Amino acid sequence: MSALLQAKRDAAESRLAGLRLPEGGSAWAKAAREDALSRLRLSGLPGRRDEYWKYTDPTTLVTADAPGAAVFDGSDESPVFDGIDWVELVFVDGVFDADASDDPALAGVEIERLSTAMQADIHWARDLYGVLEARGQVPVERPLATLNTACATDGVVIRATGKAAKPVNLIYLHQDDASDAILHHVIKVESGAELTVLEKGPAAARFNKVMEVDVADGGTFHHVRTQGRDHERRAVTHVFARLGTESVFKSFTLTANGVLTRNEVVIELTGDDAVAHVAGAALGDGDFHHDDTVFITHDAERCESRQVFKKVLRNGATGVFQGKILVKPGAQKTDGYQISQSLLLDDDSQFLAKPELEIYADDVVCSHGSTSGAIDEEGLYYLRSRGIPEGPATDLLTLAFLAEAIDEIEDEALAEDIRGRLESWLSRRRG
Amino acid sequence: MLEIKNLHVKLEEEEKVILKGLDLTVEAGKVHAIMGPNGSGKSTLSYVLSGRDGYEVTDGSAELDGEDLLELEPEERAAAGLFLAFQYPVEIPGVGNMTFLRTALNAQRKARGEEEISAADFLKLIRAKAKDLQIDAEMLKRPVNVGFSGGEKKRNEILQMAMLEPKMCILDETDSGLDVDAMKLVAQGVNALRDAGRSFLVITHYQRLLDHIKPDVVHIMADGRIVKTGGPELALEVEQNGYADILAEVA
Ligand SMILES: Nc1ncnc2c1ncn2[C@@H]1O[C@H](COP(=O)(O)OP(=O)(O)O)[C@@H](O)[C@H]1O
Ligand SMILES: [Mg+2]
Repeated sequence: MSALLQAKRDAAESRLAGLRLPEGGSAWAKAAREDALSRLRLSGLPGRRDEYWKYTDPTTLVTADAPGAAVFDGSDESPVFDGIDWVELVFVDGVFDADASDDPALAGVEIERLSTAMQADIHWARDLYGVLEARGQVPVERPLATLNTACATDGVVIRATGKAAKPVNLIYLHQDDASDAILHHVIKVESGAELTVLEKGPAAARFNKVMEVDVADGGTFHHVRTQGRDHERRAVTHVFARLGTESVFKSFTLTANGVLTRNEVVIELTGDDAVAHVAGAALGDGDFHHDDTVFITHDAERCESRQVFKKVLRNGATGVFQGKILVKPGAQKTDGYQISQSLLLDDDSQFLAKPELEIYADDVVCSHGSTSGAIDEEGLYYLRSRGIPEGPATDLLTLAFLAEAIDEIEDEALAEDIRGRLESWLSRRRG
Repeated sequence: MLEIKNLHVKLEEEEKVILKGLDLTVEAGKVHAIMGPNGSGKSTLSYVLSGRDGYEVTDGSAELDGEDLLELEPEERAAAGLFLAFQYPVEIPGVGNMTFLRTALNAQRKARGEEEISAADFLKLIRAKAKDLQIDAEMLKRPVNVGFSGGEKKRNEILQMAMLEPKMCILDETDSGLDVDAMKLVAQGVNALRDAGRSFLVITHYQRLLDHIKPDVVHIMADGRIVKTGGPELALEVEQNGYADILAEVA
């Protein structure tokens, strides 16, 4: 065994030693955890020299002790998605808070706390928990997700059998400077059903979250999240999605601040004519490090995938994008699009991008592009010559830069909330 | 209104001098035209007046109603009433034309200590002005100048001018790239704005625009200076004989 692998396995053991592994539960839950545990013991946890972590140092996501993060007071702005009617499920530092949550009654939707579901024989949860995560380990290992499957005690399982009347909103509160949270959600959108899941908040000082989403034939899943403005928070999140025939999956993430964020999205298009859109807008300042890592596999005909990621970076902030489109043999008429762009507001900031296409079918259209640039001086002068001062003119151009990502949000009210929030953040940070 | 004295301008990055002692006075309510060969510095003059980066004023002055323009930021010049219709209007992807205009109008109002225009009043105003320039609702919604034809860009400049109601309007080759109908439309837009309190500086190569926007005074510019000033007949002379005779005469 190589020294590198040994180091990764040692890291896994030391991380596991610092965790209390869940006990009990039904046979399937135990089996899923044990399977994950043995996979984790083989793969180990990522280190700095991992190719997949070339641009992002995983050390603080891996260590047994989580670096703390001061709780941020966000009361100076209106609550995210204010005015939108939802069913809310509240987690405080990674623990479900039933008292703060709504009664999870929503027509056409079953909602259960993960710990409860794991005691029972809920066949659809059993068929997904750790299953999509395990499938997502090939061809690239994602051991932090495996760790999550092995150790998660909380989270939510949601099954939509019809058109959900309102979104389910997962609210992640951060109250303890030293919290280290693991959450695991399982979502099943049955054939023809429609569900929107919102997520908001920092969740904890350090947060490891996995969301497995299975969208059956003709199902629709929308996901919009904002990750919280706590400056010192760290997060590694994974979305594993499998899409059936003619299903739709759309996910958007807004990130501002956070010393370290790695958002991985792994999507498998397994049914013909499925659509997957993943988008993100990130605003980074100073020691902010934000990594979007996306892997989309086309394994059916006539599917469409879009990746639109935009980052605005200043004062030495770092943005990372690793995005891959894999088109398997036979996935003809694939339409794949990927764009990752950064707007660098100064010379200290950097954007590292690794766009990849791997195509084994001959009749496909795939395009990808990645750019890094400063504010357009000509545009700025034009706006100023019309009377718009430099600050607001820069904001206008910044919002314009982010627009393509935000436009990916289908629900206009949610998109407007994000736009308004960005606008006020930008104008406020000008002081 | 506009008073330029002995203006010397060089490029900031290079030792290239472009304006070499330019004098020009435009009185309130008047239309002045500037004609001159390519490269004589006409666009540079308009950029320096509106505050574009990259130029260095080494001597001379430019005042708008007694206020030193050269001291002001571009947005302050705009708020003071200066407007430049660009020779090459800039495309701004992602910023809607309407949002842009409303932001600009309100920024100017704010700078002048006036109240912001309400959304409803703004809509009413822009619809009326756009109609005159045959700019449809679709064009108002599109990102600023993106995908606009040459003619559409120029009409959009005039729309901005009509909305912002500046007192000193500089038009840099607004007629270039326009067919006759579009030029008439633009000229009508300009003429509708003519007013005792508003002045125009119309930069053009062609007499034909001046058939529609009648100038009070015509200047010939060459090698960074105004070399000859006269009435509208000067434009006709250029049209017939080109610049050669005039340049020879003043040389
Ligand atoms: N930013 C610039 N960089 C290099 N040369 C410039 C720049 N701006 C103007 N010039 C030069 O200055 C001269 C005058 O240009 P311009 O003002 O555009 O003239 P006009 O509008 O009369 O055709 C030309 O020789 C042009 O090439
Ligand atoms: Mg010119």
